[in-house]
Amino acid sequence: MKIWPALLTGMIFGAGLALSGMTDPAKVIGFLDIAGDWVPDLMFVMGGALAVTLIATPFVLRREKPWLAEMFHLPVSTVIDRRLIGGGALFGIGWGLWGYCPGPAIASLAYGATSSFIFVAAMIAGLWLGGFFKAKA
Amino acid sequence: MEQFAMPLVGGLMLGVASIILLAAMGRIAGVSGITWGALSGPDRAWRWLFVVGIVLGTVIAHQVTGLDNPLPHEGGWLLAVSAGLLVGVGTRVGSGCTSGHGVCGIGRLSGRSIAATLTFMATGVITVFVVRHMLGGAL
Repeated sequence: MKIWPALLTGMIFGAGLALSGMTDPAKVIGFLDIAGDWVPDLMFVMGGALAVTLIATPFVLRREKPWLAEMFHLPVSTVIDRRLIGGGALFGIGWGLWGYCPGPAIASLAYGATSSFIFVAAMIAGLWLGGFFKAKA
Repeated sequence: MEQFAMPLVGGLMLGVASIILLAAMGRIAGVSGITWGALSGPDRAWRWLFVVGIVLGTVIAHQVTGLDNPLPHEGGWLLAVSAGLLVGVGTRVGSGCTSGHGVCGIGRLSGRSIAATLTFMATGVITVFVVRHMLGGAL
């Protein structure tokens, strides 16, 4: 399998995060602060991203297989269960507390702030810990 | 409107990156899943490339545009650890984050992703409300 597109798409993704304002915790928290001085900018990030994926995804998935791999790896579950909602709820709390979701957290390592490395280390520990909850729930 | 131009351009780039990854490699551009998979693989190599790519892309974007690096959150290490743990646990248990559910999942009209996205947006909004307007931004 050819894997160079992963580097290319990662770079486009990181640049997109940086330009969009998603790597600025103040902007993200301002966006989530709908009761206060709401910062609507990030609506356009989601809007722009979804405009592309909503239109293009059906065309991509109509193909038998990807250009450079043998098959599409898509999630198969369709159940909306406690794990999905509970996990999403916990994630949102963490996101609201610090202003980083996983992508911007990784991107922010580029800025070199110690707190970002602490956040990412804790996030990775959380990803590991979450495996136990996932197995149990 | 000018303040919305960069968010829109950035958002379009996130969409384009996600579509290319899906079309070329058949993979979902979900950062939480990719990060965990890079550490616990199989197929770790492409995931490492994607994660390293995110950091490189961020550096290049600021270099090319002259855009200032944003200021980090001012909270202390305890808040960073707590928030990071919640984000990690939540995205693992909930099978995805803003990118995997919010951009890719909704993009293919997954009911699970729509439900997850509404959930984390809601708790994010509630959390900021509590911190800013009930605790007076004390964190």
